[in-house]
Amino acid sequence: MTFALVDGNNFYVSCERVFDPRLNGRPVVVLSNNDGCVVSRSDEAKALGVKMGAPWFQLRDLARRHGIVALSSNYALYADMSNRMMAVLATFSPLQEIYSIDECFLGLDGIVGKDRYEYGQAIRRQVRQWLGLPVCVGIGTTKTLAKLANHCAKKRLAGSDGVCDFTMLPTEALSGLFSTIPVGEVWGVGPRLARQLTEIGIPSVEALRRADTAMLRARFSVVLERIQRELNEIPCLALEEAAPNKQQIISSRSFGRYVTELAALREAVASHVAIAAEKLRAQASCAGMVQVSIRTNPHNPNAPQYQGALAVPLSTPSDDTLRLTRAALWALERIYRSGFAYQKAGVALLELSPAAALPQDLFAAARDNTRLMQAMDRINAIWGRGTLRSAATGRGNASWQMKRERLSPGYTTRWDQLPLVRACGKSAALATNFSTSSELTGCPGFIQRGGVWLLSRSVG
Amino acid sequence: MPRLSAETGVILPPGQPLLDRAVPAGFPSPAADYFEVRLSLDEYLVDHREATFFVRVSGNSMTGFGIYDGDLLVVDRALDPADRSIVVAVVDGEFVVKQLCRLPDGVLLRSGAPGHRDILVGEGQELQVWGVVRWSIHKL
Repeated sequence: MTFALVDGNNFYVSCERVFDPRLNGRPVVVLSNNDGCVVSRSDEAKALGVKMGAPWFQLRDLARRHGIVALSSNYALYADMSNRMMAVLATFSPLQEIYSIDECFLGLDGIVGKDRYEYGQAIRRQVRQWLGLPVCVGIGTTKTLAKLANHCAKKRLAGSDGVCDFTMLPTEALSGLFSTIPVGEVWGVGPRLARQLTEIGIPSVEALRRADTAMLRARFSVVLERIQRELNEIPCLALEEAAPNKQQIISSRSFGRYVTELAALREAVASHVAIAAEKLRAQASCAGMVQVSIRTNPHNPNAPQYQGALAVPLSTPSDDTLRLTRAALWALERIYRSGFAYQKAGVALLELSPAAALPQDLFAAARDNTRLMQAMDRINAIWGRGTLRSAATGRGNASWQMKRERLSPGYTTRWDQLPLVRACGKSAALATNFSTSSELTGCPGFIQRGGVWLLSRSVG
Repeated sequence: MPRLSAETGVILPPGQPLLDRAVPAGFPSPAADYFEVRLSLDEYLVDHREATFFVRVSGNSMTGFGIYDGDLLVVDRALDPADRSIVVAVVDGEFVVKQLCRLPDGVLLRSGAPGHRDILVGEGQELQVWGVVRWSIHKL
């Protein structure tokens, strides 16, 4: 078997750069919800030492000194670009597993012969030209190896042009390469496990490959054993083309600022129910239980601390936003305590079952607003989430809503926020009127490189 | 005079147009075999769905090509720019819409209106063609 893992480089930052070329070549970071932490970094930001997950407020000084541009997460933009990218990648193989917003596995058997490296380059070129997004391609005989090959392509460990094909490397070269890669880079080996492995003398990928299998299973888990097999080219993980339905659906988020009033919490909880219930209906499931949780900021030692959670079972499973909202608000009122500065609220829909498989209940149908929900989902799909919503979610722009002060425009989702292109001519500093072509000698050639049309000798 | 509907045998009152009647249940609609999807501008204007983006024009330097201030451009990134293509290009970090003219030794971005300058992209400057403009949508 041969797998390719295609992964967008610095995906969120790259999406922003497609529509704002001024961001090219500058250190750029994208921040998490409420502009809290760094979730995506450009290479320039990485070079300045900006760490993944770093809190933005700690970076302000560095940012001022080096002109780091920080942006709020523009989820509508990233989701659209991700959908486009996955659709383009689907044309390269009928076997596709979308693994996350910016990466997918492709099965390559029977599609491409020996020249998988060139196929990887073709993928890179097309995604770059069609979408403006840089991607790396890792190729291996198992999913774990493809993932590791992608890491090598990103870090330029084997080759320097964005595609790494382990199947083309001789065994010795592969062993040599693997002994230089820390074990923590392996897919499924988290930081804690990496530390434990390093302590018992398994610091590298190569060491893990050669470790005693029985010992791995006894000391750690069958999961680690499976990872080792995959590193040794024994496939254990198949391509999962259809994402399995979620067993629980959670919507939770920190507030833009602290919230003390029950009324604001009610709006927040109702909004979370609406988001979760929409996902619930999208996968054609019903929830048997609704859990609500609220908490203060545990990292603020000076403030009084409280956290509460309560799960409410429903008499019959439901996918009706209004019913789920009633249950959630009932739970909220029971866990709410006044006098606390709440930082976060969340809703979890639990005990999910397929809507079609439910036992018929004489009363449930009368209670659920099935057609209203269908209408609401369709309207919200066209006009945007929250266009039609329950009154319990409030009127918008409430104090609890996300802080997104650095949000870029909805370049691909809003007619009133499209990118502007200038037809003025005055923007070019070197603009001149040339009447004859003879004056133009000495210009560099016009070439396509890596899917981008360029006129420059300096661009790589 | 009452009329007889050829298809259903129902006697209709005079003056009632035949086709305005509801088709009786169980009888297939004669139009069903001829059903086609309604025309969509998206389908007409967009060749490569994933690679097509919309942008808004600001300025009047391209009126000679039928591109006016405020127009909506349909930009296809899947197309390779050819000589004389109207393109969205990135010049010094800014989006511009121009006509791409290949010269023996370089590229000229031509404006399409008198009094507006062309842009010669010379050495040391970087030109990136962002996409090829296929349509300009202009409100009358």
